[in-house]
Amino acid sequence: MSDDQRFGLARSITLPGPLRLDSGAQLGPIDISYETYGTPADDGSNAVLICHALTGDQFVASTHPRTGKPGWWPRMVGPGKPIDPERHFIICANVLGGCMGSTGPGSIDPATGEPYAMRFPVITIRDMVRAQAMLLDHLQIATLAAVIGGSMGGMQVLEWAATYPERVRSAVIIAAAARHSAQNIAFHEVGRQAIMADPSWRNGAYYADNVVPSAGLAVARMAAHITYLSEAGLTEKFGRRLQARPENPYGAKSFGFDADFQVESYLRHQGISFVDRFDANSYLYITRAMDYFDLAEEHGGLLANAFAGSPTRFCLVSFDSDWLYPTSETREIVHALNAAGAAVSFVELSSPFGHDAFLLDVPELNRVVDGFLRAVV
Amino acid sequence: MTNGLRPDLAIIANNVATGSRVLDIGCGDGALMAELRDRKQVDARGLEIDPANVSLAVRRGLSVVQGDADADLSHYPDDAFDYAILSQTLQTTRAPDRVLDELLRIGRHAFVSFPNFAYWKVRWALMWGGRMPVTAALPVSWYETENIHQLTVDDFRAFVAERGVTVENAWFLSGNARPISPAAANLRAEHAVFLLRR
Repeated sequence: MSDDQRFGLARSITLPGPLRLDSGAQLGPIDISYETYGTPADDGSNAVLICHALTGDQFVASTHPRTGKPGWWPRMVGPGKPIDPERHFIICANVLGGCMGSTGPGSIDPATGEPYAMRFPVITIRDMVRAQAMLLDHLQIATLAAVIGGSMGGMQVLEWAATYPERVRSAVIIAAAARHSAQNIAFHEVGRQAIMADPSWRNGAYYADNVVPSAGLAVARMAAHITYLSEAGLTEKFGRRLQARPENPYGAKSFGFDADFQVESYLRHQGISFVDRFDANSYLYITRAMDYFDLAEEHGGLLANAFAGSPTRFCLVSFDSDWLYPTSETREIVHALNAAGAAVSFVELSSPFGHDAFLLDVPELNRVVDGFLRAVV
Repeated sequence: MTNGLRPDLAIIANNVATGSRVLDIGCGDGALMAELRDRKQVDARGLEIDPANVSLAVRRGLSVVQGDADADLSHYPDDAFDYAILSQTLQTTRAPDRVLDELLRIGRHAFVSFPNFAYWKVRWALMWGGRMPVTAALPVSWYETENIHQLTVDDFRAFVAERGVTVENAWFLSGNARPISPAAANLRAEHAVFLLRR
């Protein structure tokens, strides 16, 4: 292990900035909280950046400080896994706008000494990636053997390859899209409106007394969680089964509005446990960043332009039961990469788990990613 | 030399120019692409319909996209490759004529290989057995075959002649991979490999 204080678990750095955002605003200084695993090779050839999804964080392979749960991608990251600290120098940072230590709406605005709340500027996926690039500069990592991510993480990977092609030797994009569809935006808007309709939200200025819009954020999470699962998966897991009760282990209809059905109970649990670890305003800002994402729009309306002359090798994976970012979205990216002459691999894997498959036990995903990374790293 | 490649693939491997750019359509597990990469420093890309095969190819470090010759060739630019290769796949496509046009649009040259339905064992099976032939090159029954557009060597010759496509070279193989003369090919060749140019 290196004794370099920049490397290790639960790191944080304040970068002076300012970072010029896509909105035109300037943001700085910027805190970035991150973790690294493994040791950088002398020639810097083994760095792998992992980009997390909407509600993810930097704790990809270590215990989450608030929930006590293990890292969020144990199937992909760890000894003997496709991304292996024995071989790779792994970096994962909380995104700009997040709530696990990187600068976001809950951070103190140096101009006022108060939390930014709704004065935080609207950010984009590209802003997140620019902040990560600043972190890599600080870590003196010039090029990345691979950038990898699923869902919003995959969007960041696409943005990395488009914005810093010379820094990305290979890119793994899982269950993602090159733009948010009307349906994607619509679901996010439901979540945002649930937060904003919570009287505790108070235009985002809830940090002082710590009375937070948990009901709204829980509903947002419940609505979003449905989109991460497949209809078949929900049917298999819950069907119409009723929730067991102390007086009746098989459950019974209450003829009221308790969580009679197991699926209701499950969703309520998902909502309640989410609010303990996530900030409602961060949810607003990050979903906005995803809705604004349209990589083609940033490149004259033609997605292939984003990858013109790209030296990066790409690997894209979609899942047949993912209706949030369906295979057709990944195919659009593949076609653009083919048109640009980029080196691209793509496979649609079969899984019953819907969009969440990228986080779950899909052995073929591990085999594909492992094979791809071994060929390039 | 060709590491146990299927005979038609060995012919293609031997006749692709070193350092060229190749698109292998229906590349299977990437055996030919790996051979071209390792032996001839070819920049090879693949298209394959079966996800299990795509995974195998990606794990070999190859750039292979899951897709369909009928649907996905239109997204490649003109002249993107020196060679477009379609091995044992033409007879499985919905529109072989359009696929051939796409091959010769994307690649300056095209290799096409296919099983010859006029091979004498196929004729024999149909004539004396009265049943759809099951042979080494056509190994499964009519109801499970992917070969929806069966063709013969003479069919293919007429097909490319009608379309004004130049045949640069052709190779014909018996069932045990011995060369067959062009004159005898329609009866005696089990496999045919054509090298075409626009």
